Amino acid sequence: MNTLKPNTPKRLSDLAKTIRSKNAGTDKITFDIIFREKDTYELVKRSGALTRKSVCEVLNVDPARLTDFVEYDPAYAIKFTILRDRPSGSPGDGDIFGAQQYAPFLDVVVDITA
Amino acid sequence: MSSLKIICPNGHLGFAPLKTGSFHIGVAAAPDYIAADSGSDDIGPVPLGSDVCASPKAWQRHDLQEMLLASRKLGVPMMIGSAGDTGTNSRVDMYVEMIREIAAEHKLPPFKIGWFYSEVDKEFVRGKIRGGSAVTGLDARPDLTEEEIDATSRIVAMAGVHPFVKLLEEGCDVIIGGRSSDSAIFAAAALHHGYPEAQSYYLGKVLECASFCAEPYGAKETVLGEITKDAVEVTAMSPGQRCTVASVAGHAMYERSNPFHEFVAGGMLDMTDCNYKQKSEKTTSVTGMEFVPAEQFRVKLEGSGKLGERFVGMAGIRDPYTIANVDAVIEWAREQTRERFGPDGWELHYNVFGRNGIMGDMEPLKDKPGHELMVVVQGVAPTVEMAEEVTMTGTRQLFYARLPDVKGTAGGVSFVLDEVLHASPAYRWTLNHTMAVDDPLELFPTHTAIVGA
Repeated sequence: MNTLKPNTPKRLSDLAKTIRSKNAGTDKITFDIIFREKDTYELVKRSGALTRKSVCEVLNVDPARLTDFVEYDPAYAIKFTILRDRPSGSPGDGDIFGAQQYAPFLDVVVDITA
Repeated sequence: MSSLKIICPNGHLGFAPLKTGSFHIGVAAAPDYIAADSGSDDIGPVPLGSDVCASPKAWQRHDLQEMLLASRKLGVPMMIGSAGDTGTNSRVDMYVEMIREIAAEHKLPPFKIGWFYSEVDKEFVRGKIRGGSAVTGLDARPDLTEEEIDATSRIVAMAGVHPFVKLLEEGCDVIIGGRSSDSAIFAAAALHHGYPEAQSYYLGKVLECASFCAEPYGAKETVLGEITKDAVEVTAMSPGQRCTVASVAGHAMYERSNPFHEFVAGGMLDMTDCNYKQKSEKTTSVTGMEFVPAEQFRVKLEGSGKLGERFVGMAGIRDPYTIANVDAVIEWAREQTRERFGPDGWELHYNVFGRNGIMGDMEPLKDKPGHELMVVVQGVAPTVEMAEEVTMTGTRQLFYARLPDVKGTAGGVSFVLDEVLHASPAYRWTLNHTMAVDDPLELFPTHTAIVGA
């Protein structure tokens, strides 16, 4: 995670156009963080706020559950995918569509001076 | 022809009705095909396992009617994949019957309908395993075992373009498909007219979710895709939407783990070197896609297995001491259930909303519960009677939990309903695998008939 500088606190929700999660098949949930402008996208990439390590920490998952982590330049997007702890819709699954798993990323702090 | 145009009015036909305004604009643009996918595995394993729809019949019929009337008026084919959410045989038959009813109601001139099935017999899959051809797990699943086959209620195979192309070659005006790759429905039409595989599969990829490739966000609006031998152009039909470089490139990411690769039966669409260009206000043009044929023809299988009958109970908590000890309250209720029914042969699942009911162990704030909680209880057991009693025990005993320092001794939880509700049976996804086949058509028998003759 990056260090918060007191004069430059920005949250990912201030910077991204879209922050979403959704099933990718029955066994995975995929997260898309999409930016409106190239500059903001590059800034967030540079900041190191979203890395393979940091997203696993935010979700408290073993790094082995992270199957993909991609910086997708054509859409100014950072995209990553995790394995579910049980297949979608099994009894006890609280989010069959995987559509509400993105919320913790709204508050990820980005160092915009990086 | 130098180009081919397909419109898609809905990304999951039936799940919510198509918007007729942009659909009629799309029809007026004189497309060569009208096509939509009607399935998804997003809806969980229950509809496939118990062979029911997730969508209301009225909405399915609404969209089929709009598409059929337009297709017959223009004299162009209509294609549907993954009939009735799951693409099981009974859902295909149901859609074919709906087409017949709509045709009769509107006195449509005779036309040729084609359909294919996608269900796979469990014993066929078992035979593959016994014959030494592993049924390979996707997404970190192990190879399929015979025990998992025994635990499975129903299996569908994911069709590629092949049965659609066969039915187009046989001159069908309307095609109803069993479980299908959504992109294959559209790609089949383009391949049938001789367009290259890369552009054809990309056309399918971009059209499959209708207006999800447009902005601003708004589902169920029609989009139009036009393919040439070099490029795919996609145009939003809704007056309020545009297909932009960002919206079209962004759609490549949607609902998949990786934005560069799309796997279908027979190969892989590689979007790594796609080049996106804003061609006009509402249209984006895409070039640079590639298609890599598979070395071995493997078909994806989806399977769902029944766990048992299911009831649901709910209990609220407001006392901060009880909230802090909710896990002990739940353990009390589990213990009472164990005393009654023994250690196994039943399941209780608790989702604690207000704490981590949605995210479970991934919830970063699970140590900071809200000032009130809702505990949703699911009880699963072999019979309806037992599931009801398990769930009732697992819910009502929350009321009697014995916390040492609780001040409220007249009942530990609140009830919205002092009852448990009969829910759908519980299922789980048992198959997310691929299986080798010799012939791309062998799992997908096709049929044709004349409607209205």
